[in-house]
Amino acid sequence: MRRLTWILVALMVATPAAGAVSLNETQLTRYHELTADLRCLICQNRSIAESDVPLAKDLKAIVAKQIAAGRSDGEIKQYLVDRYGEWVLYDPPFQMSTWLLWVGPFVLLLIGLVIVAVVMRKRRETTPEPALDRERLARVLNDDPPPSQPSHKDS
Amino acid sequence: MRWRLVVPVVVVLALIVLLGYSLTRSPDVLPSALIGKAAPAFDLPTIASQRDRITNKDLEGNVTLVNVWASWCVACRAEHALITEISQRTGVPVVGLNYKDTREAALRWLGRYGNPFAVVAFDGSGQVGIDWGVAAVPETFVVDRSGTIRYKVVGAITREEMNDTLIPKLKKLQQES
Repeated sequence: MRRLTWILVALMVATPAAGAVSLNETQLTRYHELTADLRCLICQNRSIAESDVPLAKDLKAIVAKQIAAGRSDGEIKQYLVDRYGEWVLYDPPFQMSTWLLWVGPFVLLLIGLVIVAVVMRKRRETTPEPALDRERLARVLNDDPPPSQPSHKDS
Repeated sequence: MRWRLVVPVVVVLALIVLLGYSLTRSPDVLPSALIGKAAPAFDLPTIASQRDRITNKDLEGNVTLVNVWASWCVACRAEHALITEISQRTGVPVVGLNYKDTREAALRWLGRYGNPFAVVAFDGSGQVGIDWGVAAVPETFVVDRSGTIRYKVVGAITREEMNDTLIPKLKKLQQES
């Protein structure tokens, strides 16, 4: 039963939506990598590899067809960018419209580090190290009773 | 000590402005890659039209509206009356691009609701739709006299959009020589 499931999964993975075109193993790897890197335009936040929406199926078929026709990954991506814009790429190039996207997280990280540094420095300045009360420490460690008030008078 | 009070207030205000701004924008509407570019080439058979075929060259010479639609598209029915109205009010011919449909279903749809199009191009495979960067129907393109795409509406046209944006744009383009 389990083996049957695996065979079915393998078949599903191995058959691109293209149907008509057949790809060899290296082409298939490229197909999977490429479709995982292209964004579905209707079901945003999913790749076309993950999506079963008709448009995603069409685009997967186009990717398969173009791989079979010997087009490079760059050419296939450009084909889709020409039609749908850079938005289809999950890995957009660094340029005017995307610099914030690329740089933003690092800027936020930097701001966070600066805040942490400032807070730590402030804390070090304002709270002096507590002075060590050696006498009391020794008492606690030795389990001595607190010294009673001087009682020399009684003795 | 004062900055301790000012900084959180500024941060929160900035966040409110940012979130408020993003509320006014729909995440579904993507900027079109084709605005300012020549209408992608196509050569398609027609349905319910006087001519047999239509190509992108036929879009040149006139300001045209290209409306991508399908009989299975519910939103297309919603904007159907407005398409007719735009055409009547501006005199701009509307080219329908029947996307991933069957001839029979498309003809039935046109028969039932009326045909607002000057010509209907039949794109059964959807390849021309992909060339035009269509993600979901309906989409509507404004094409100027030189055959350049100038504007795009994603989703069904609303009356507000028609009055405030589309008709003024079409009239302005018609005045351009």
